[in-house]
Amino acid sequence: MPGRLGRLALVVATGAVLLFMWLPISLVVAYAFNASGTQSWPPSGFTLQWLIDGLQNPGLRDAFMTSVGAALAATSVAMVLGSLAALAIARYSFFGRESITFLLILPIALPGVVTGMALSTTYATIDFGLGFWAIVIGHATFCVVLVYNNVVARMRRVSGSLEEASADLGAHSFQTFRYVTFPQMRTAILAGALLAFALSFDEVIVTNFVAGGVKTLPLWILTSFRLANQVALVNVAGMIAILLSVIPVYIAVRLTSDTGAVGRI
Amino acid sequence: MRRIAAAFDRHPRLRLVLLLALPIGALALVYFGSLFFLFINAFWSRDPFTGLVVREFTLENFQKLASPLFITVTLRTLGMAAAVTLTCAIVAFPIAYYMARVASPRWRGILVVAVLTPLWASYLIKVYSWRLVLAEGGVLNWFLSPLGLKGPGYGDLGLWLVFSYLWLPYMILPIFAGLERIPSSLLEASADLGGRGWRTFRHVVLPLVFPAVVAGSIFTFSLTLGDYISPGLIAPGQQFLGNLILANNGKPDLPLAAAQALVPLAIMIIYLLVARRVGAFESL
Repeated sequence: MPGRLGRLALVVATGAVLLFMWLPISLVVAYAFNASGTQSWPPSGFTLQWLIDGLQNPGLRDAFMTSVGAALAATSVAMVLGSLAALAIARYSFFGRESITFLLILPIALPGVVTGMALSTTYATIDFGLGFWAIVIGHATFCVVLVYNNVVARMRRVSGSLEEASADLGAHSFQTFRYVTFPQMRTAILAGALLAFALSFDEVIVTNFVAGGVKTLPLWILTSFRLANQVALVNVAGMIAILLSVIPVYIAVRLTSDTGAVGRI
Repeated sequence: MRRIAAAFDRHPRLRLVLLLALPIGALALVYFGSLFFLFINAFWSRDPFTGLVVREFTLENFQKLASPLFITVTLRTLGMAAAVTLTCAIVAFPIAYYMARVASPRWRGILVVAVLTPLWASYLIKVYSWRLVLAEGGVLNWFLSPLGLKGPGYGDLGLWLVFSYLWLPYMILPIFAGLERIPSSLLEASADLGGRGWRTFRHVVLPLVFPAVVAGSIFTFSLTLGDYISPGLIAPGQQFLGNLILANNGKPDLPLAAAQALVPLAIMIIYLLVARRVGAFESL
């Protein structure tokens, strides 16, 4: 435990880092309500005009719906694959267990441009069309690990003896899963799914390689950076994007307060 | 149904195989399959007249990788990744330490959320907001001009700042978890044996938390290597591996882009293997 002076230094450093982390994000929210609709500082006044414009902009609305759809599809795949893998890793010891963890981490640990290129060359080689499903497949590969991590952390916390007791009392495998294992996993799966949704909703590096002409919300924002007349809408889209990643994550944190598995992986 | 269940009851290995078949099969097929096609494409070439990919073995692309331009860009990207990783580790330590070992449980919870929120807030918008901060008439210059100072503007220095900002939470969280795991008794033992603050930190805390720092560095390093959007927006005109690969993807020269993408892939695989040796994977 540091001394009084050390403590004070730590408090100051912590405050400074938090300020550094929060100021730029707050700025976008501030600009979303900026009357002049430009990026000059300081903001000239308060308006809800851009929010209303944003909600009525068809390009922005389509991009939003595409992102929600892709994120839901990728999350569904990740929920199934991640939970199955987590059950196997948490409840069995076998040869090659370490390598499986490595395989699951790989899609999120390798640089985005590598994953993007790998998928893009593959789709080109096997003649798989770019677009919505290409995005979903890409997102699913790195969303699996989020569900996996949450579920595996939960399964390590709850003892396997409950499942053994269930078997001793005459329940067969499916009954044990249905009445004992699954209820314990449920909130961890949901938390992992929320994180997976948030990650997919936000992803742009890999998406850009496989989207073809399809616009997700981040891709819409990226193209709108270059259009001067959409600056105000970008701020609004940004605010929506922030809310739709942060709210699921906040719920996920609440759901997994027992394991603390809340990081990006 | 009962018969299948009974078979499962008798053979735990059968349960294991069925649990793993789908996730590992799907992931190995899609992900390793993709990496395999990436690898194969790197040995093909593009017909300069038709623009189509010629599926014949050639080492042409790898000869192009030896060009001075590509080597410079690779070194620049690596340097940036190293600088960002080091910066993140240094900046993350005090806040992680405060969260893990000083703050009350109530404050710890609040701080974790305060670090997680910027991590998950839209990536693009964070980069975009830094464009606003660093712009000529932007926030930073507005604050600095009364002092007679000027911000770094768009360029390498600004990009280093933005990358460090973007990936900082990836470093804070593992270090926080690593510090939290250190038993207090070890620190007390060190103090009892006469180790003062700095000595205990240097010889007890740092070695114990090192795997966690490496775990965080996987992300700060890999994300910097793989990003092409931040360089494009914050350091326009400057070449990094990501932009170079993106520029060649699709129309210009897909096989060359594939060969170029093998470079960050190889770097990261080596990085991951070293990280695994250090024990970083237990801290993920």
